[in-house]
Amino acid sequence: MENLGISFDLTVVWALILALAIYIYVVLDGFDLGLGILYPLFREKKDRDLMMNSVAPVWDGNETWLVMGGGGLMAAFPLAYAIILPALYPPIIAMLLALIFRGVAFEFRWRTETRLSRKLWDGAFIGGSFIASMAQGVILGALLQGIEVEGRAYAGGWWDWLTPFTILTGLAVVAGYAFLGACWLNLKLEGEIQHRVRNMARILGLVTVGFIVLVSLATPFLIGIYWEKWFTFPQIIFTAPVPIAVAIIGIALARSLIVDGRDWLPFVLALALFGLCFLGLGISIWPHIIPPSVTLWEAAAPEKSQWFMLVGAVVLIPMILAYTGFAYWVFRGKLDPEQGYH
Amino acid sequence: MEQVLGFDALLLARIQFGFTVAFHFIFPAFTIGLASYLAVLNALWLKTGNERFLRLFRYWIKIFAITFAMGVVSGIVMSYQFGTNWSVFSDKAGPVIGPLMAYEVLTAFFLEAGFLGIMLFGRDRVGPGLHMFACLMVAVGTAISATWILSVNSWMQTPQGHIIGENGQFLPEDWWAIIFNPSFPYRLAHALTAAYLTTALVVGGVAGWHYLRGHGHNRGVRIMFSMAMWMVAVVAPLQIFIGDQHGLNTLEHQPAKVMAMEGHFESHPEGAPLILFGIPDQDAQEMRYTIEIPKASSLILKHDLNAPLDGLDTIPREDQPPVGVVFWSFRVMVALGFAMLGLGVWSLISRWRGILHTDTWLHRAALVMGPTGFIAVTAGWITTEVGRQPFTVYNILRTADSVAPLDAPAVATSLIAFIFVYFAVFGSGVYFLLRLMAHPPHQGETGVEQEVGPMRAAGTVPGTADPRTGAK
Repeated sequence: MENLGISFDLTVVWALILALAIYIYVVLDGFDLGLGILYPLFREKKDRDLMMNSVAPVWDGNETWLVMGGGGLMAAFPLAYAIILPALYPPIIAMLLALIFRGVAFEFRWRTETRLSRKLWDGAFIGGSFIASMAQGVILGALLQGIEVEGRAYAGGWWDWLTPFTILTGLAVVAGYAFLGACWLNLKLEGEIQHRVRNMARILGLVTVGFIVLVSLATPFLIGIYWEKWFTFPQIIFTAPVPIAVAIIGIALARSLIVDGRDWLPFVLALALFGLCFLGLGISIWPHIIPPSVTLWEAAAPEKSQWFMLVGAVVLIPMILAYTGFAYWVFRGKLDPEQGYH
Repeated sequence: MEQVLGFDALLLARIQFGFTVAFHFIFPAFTIGLASYLAVLNALWLKTGNERFLRLFRYWIKIFAITFAMGVVSGIVMSYQFGTNWSVFSDKAGPVIGPLMAYEVLTAFFLEAGFLGIMLFGRDRVGPGLHMFACLMVAVGTAISATWILSVNSWMQTPQGHIIGENGQFLPEDWWAIIFNPSFPYRLAHALTAAYLTTALVVGGVAGWHYLRGHGHNRGVRIMFSMAMWMVAVVAPLQIFIGDQHGLNTLEHQPAKVMAMEGHFESHPEGAPLILFGIPDQDAQEMRYTIEIPKASSLILKHDLNAPLDGLDTIPREDQPPVGVVFWSFRVMVALGFAMLGLGVWSLISRWRGILHTDTWLHRAALVMGPTGFIAVTAGWITTEVGRQPFTVYNILRTADSVAPLDAPAVATSLIAFIFVYFAVFGSGVYFLLRLMAHPPHQGETGVEQEVGPMRAAGTVPGTADPRTGAK
């Protein structure tokens, strides 16, 4: 592990920027994908309208972070982009098609005239959200378990991504997104329906933490270096705080959902929980971008490309965060079930 | 190489990219123009206080919302198509085109998406000033997006500013030269103008429909028809001029493409004929059944009747683009371009005679011309993209050397899935759009934020007496 001594060069900066973009994508689109997963639990049209209205003004922006993830990976780590995408071809195509269904459902749903047609697009929203979430979890698991590389190309078969571990990570992401969605609704809704989503959040929080434990226990057995990192001295000194922090956040979440009355707290704690999981994944993978063989530096774009983009990123990303934050601020507060959001 | 029904993985990957990108571009070709149109309508409403402009804004924003959503989801596919199907290309060209596409995301996509929510739903929350600003940001965002992606495409057509590294990657040397490569200004102008023209034709076509349905007294219909026809009358001739300039630029940098467009298999040392029609036979390297005007091609391309023009006989067979596709798609584009010019001139004459709103045949023509912008745009893209073949990066990287190491069945399966999903989903979308367009803008037109439509909000909106009046 000669690379554990961190050198803060441009490649690391870009790895961090990309990690930030992916984290933001995961939590933002995570909660609106979560709404789709929770949709079947709400049978009434007015409840479903409310749920849609709670994200209608922001879902476009949420999904843009996925384009940033794809485009950013190609720009900053073109070799990784060129290996990962063919390697994970089926789940990526499935994710893209599923996102089409759920994305257009946001708009089409309001345009339907018949019950059947509405049910059809509600179904597209549910199915699309579920499959996209599952596919993202599978993609994550497949990357974690390692990708076979030869020269500058993927060298495995086109079913390598499908293993019990990737199914586990797929389900974990579905549960996690549903949990985020429930926390979001807890923040945006009030009255009887909020009571219901709070109950769901309690159960889903438990399930999510359960999945985190399972994935965490399975990961070190995938590749030898993961085991070394998490269970051998002295690395354990640096890695042990992560699971401890997860435990603390888990307890705080339980408290906030059961006794505390502040509606924003569970959502914020859920973001922190996702952040810790993300950190844990980062620790496992580091210093690779494609475990177990391609490091960040091997896949990185030349310095000229990195510099050129960095100039823009340093200026633009804070601006993007500012106006995205502003858009959320404009549509803040509880939804009035009588009026949508006007 | 493994094949599915005679298609190898390379051809399947090409079909898949062509299909997904052609489908995708239909939406931005419309939203680029429509975003600007909406910004203009909103500005006119704020400036004049004339309720008709607000009515039109609300009428078109519902159409915009659906189209934009389809553009977003089909666009996400594109940002992954490069990697899934063209991974070798992505690895090699990534250091050059990746940062440009990253800038597209950072400067355009976020801007559009960030302000779209406020544009659609936020008028009452942020006040008219900020709402106008949001409309402008969305409009500007669509144009910035086009700028970056056209720079990428132009670099693939006329690459410069890079070196080739030891690992086979294209490495950036001079970003200015890369971004402002020789074909970029022409392509950008041509594509943006095409988007505005496409939108004007759609707006004019919708208005034409409502005239024919007896809504000629509707002020909203009249305003949008008049605006659309002004736009067509001004932009169509401009577009023909820009297209000609773009063609001259192509002749200079990608002569083989122009030879294919013109159907010139043979070199003509004493002035080349303009082949109006003919059947290209690339195997025999000749045109059959041609109808041609002697020396006219030299006149157009070189401004000299007797200027020599090289033909495809100067290009090795393995470096020639597929002539049939390029030859015909170019003719479709040009023919539609002149038909648009005709519509524009016709509208000017009718306007001058004072019969713009009563000229039934003009309204019929506008209706028929309504969707032609999409056809012309697609034909134009086919001309330039197929004309670049057999290369992805012109003269440097062959398409056959760009493709991902995928098996034909994998690409075939995903291609079938894309075709099925796109026709089902976007077919439904077009149906919803046509239904929205089928009713005329009416008094008390609601925007997306106030609809009491079948699904949107549960209650009625204060101050809007009967939002559905006049609908359908």
